Amino acid sequence: MTELPPAIRLESVSRHYLMGESVIRAVNDVSLTVPTGEFLALLGSSGSGKSTLLNLIAGLDRPTSGSVIAEGQDLSKMSSLELARYRRQTVGMVFQSFNLLPRMTLEENVELPLRLAEVDRSERAARVREALERVGLEKRIGHRPSELSGGEQQRTAIARALVNRPKILLADEPTGNLDSATGESILTLLREIQENPGMTIVMVTHESTLAQRFAGRFAVMGDGKLLSNGAPR
Amino acid sequence: MKFRDLSDLAFRNLREGVLRNSLTTLGVAVGVASLVAMLSLGVGLQQLASSRLAKSGLFDSIFVTPKTNLRRPGGGPPATRTPDARARPLDADARAEISHLPNVIEVYPQIRFFTEVRYEGKPFATMVAGMPESSKSSGAFDGMQGSFYSSPNADETILQAEFAKELNPQTASLIGKDLILRYAERQSLAAQPGEESSGGFSVVPKDMHLRIIGVVETEPASGFGGFGSGRLLIPLPLAETLRAAQVNDLRDILRDSSSDKPTYSSLTVRVKSPALVEATEARLKDLGFSAFSLLDASKSLRIFFSVFDLLLGIFGSLALAVATLGIINTLVMAILERRREIGVLKALGAADRDVKELFFVEAGVMGFFGGMLGTLLGWLIGRSLTLGTNLYLHRQNLPGVDISSVPWWLVLFGIGFAVLVSLAAGLYPALRAARLDPVQALRYE
Repeated sequence: MTELPPAIRLESVSRHYLMGESVIRAVNDVSLTVPTGEFLALLGSSGSGKSTLLNLIAGLDRPTSGSVIAEGQDLSKMSSLELARYRRQTVGMVFQSFNLLPRMTLEENVELPLRLAEVDRSERAARVREALERVGLEKRIGHRPSELSGGEQQRTAIARALVNRPKILLADEPTGNLDSATGESILTLLREIQENPGMTIVMVTHESTLAQRFAGRFAVMGDGKLLSNGAPR
Repeated sequence: MKFRDLSDLAFRNLREGVLRNSLTTLGVAVGVASLVAMLSLGVGLQQLASSRLAKSGLFDSIFVTPKTNLRRPGGGPPATRTPDARARPLDADARAEISHLPNVIEVYPQIRFFTEVRYEGKPFATMVAGMPESSKSSGAFDGMQGSFYSSPNADETILQAEFAKELNPQTASLIGKDLILRYAERQSLAAQPGEESSGGFSVVPKDMHLRIIGVVETEPASGFGGFGSGRLLIPLPLAETLRAAQVNDLRDILRDSSSDKPTYSSLTVRVKSPALVEATEARLKDLGFSAFSLLDASKSLRIFFSVFDLLLGIFGSLALAVATLGIINTLVMAILERRREIGVLKALGAADRDVKELFFVEAGVMGFFGGMLGTLLGWLIGRSLTLGTNLYLHRQNLPGVDISSVPWWLVLFGIGFAVLVSLAAGLYPALRAARLDPVQALRYE
């Protein structure tokens, strides 16, 4: 069996900010490879640079130096239009604070990426339903986010991230705003998604105990550097 | 993003901040209303002036005289001038030929003569003018009391109100009454034996009974080329059969060789529209006649109103400029409020262009509705001004006028201009929203 190319490859990636006269090295010379289909947990204390690294993989930010290669595409060489297309088609994102649009129903929230990707209207309803069924919320399709529990909101956000059938799912503290039981159920869901349909997941978290139970591998960051790169279990 | 999705989202966003967006839209509407009201006033006054002038027949008429008739300053006595090879008499043949020129509606001589009118035994001196049939439809008799001539040869007269008041201050009671027209008929004399020239004519007083059928306030017979306004108006064909002695007969007698053949000292040629005057005038000159028109006057009228409209437009635009600031303010506030949403959209794959277009469409929609509402308001303001003016005129016993007009082009202009201005106002906020850093925007609480 031939080995699949890695889903994500980071080569000496740095992201520096200028804060007044001092340089903040949020990500400092990080090299990391995430094989296709892996569930990687990016651990670290707050301010360690893990979220910045995730934003670089998500194509929301550009590295100061080094290159981010995802699904064979070098993000640092992309135009902003190409990066937008990459965010639409290749990656899905889940946030700590869910980031659902409050005045839209679940259906409309999940439909949003399909609108941006100019998917045919006739196809959209089925795709939205499929995504909501995947997270078990098909019955709440007409509800607004404020009518849902935190866990349900995060599930909706996951459905929204999945609806364009991306190859990589990026989650930034997905359980950060949830109680531990709900957090566990969300991670169970992510695990299921990783196994079926088979997806590469990079999850930023500082809850190492939960991560240990669900992620396939850990990478620990501190002060912008990759401290350890745990082997797959 | 497809336009339908874009407008869906834009409408949703506008509905979300319904109070603020409605107020902004209302601001645009007030701006457009002031612009449309000002311009409708300009257009209305221009139409009023044009129609008044059109009724006078000044701008679609060409005044034709025979070339030999001209006495240019310094031209010397007729005998010393070399006759123009193309010069020809302005006779019945010429009249027929001119009437067959393209775009010519009618050709008629100016017939005006002094008369003494006897009404209820009392004499009144005035001027008679022959009215061509077309004057009925030209609007020159709009608002008259009574009716127009029953036939082109009817022994009927319409009196100009000023003269009618001399006969009887209660002008309405004149209608249906008879008056006697005393005029000087020109009778040709046979040529004296041995004389080359014609025998001239004698002038014989004649009486004619005319029935008064109408009284008109306007002055339909004040056209140029006359000798003063006609106060007693009779049908032109009737006037022609009278062979009344006219002021220029004395001049004609020296020139005419055969006075029985009808020749005219001048003809008035009416064309379909003022725009055709210039070309027809040139044709008439080619035919060997002298021709002139008051086209230049109509041109300067148009220039005057263009400048007038421009000034009104500038004043009207001031309110729209304020409204523009309102749109910019609303959209910039919306960016602050929707910072996080913009971040989410970008994280989900919205390109800068999508965000820019979203704000652009929102501005355009506010402009469109503001434009529609504003045009309606502007029209209402124009109508109210007309109403107020007419109330005032009515009190002064003057006929009402339409001082404002909102033609279709002004409606389209009002809406189009509002959309354009709103899009321009949306430009800065849209660019600012598009340039928002998604990482920063997502962090924004």
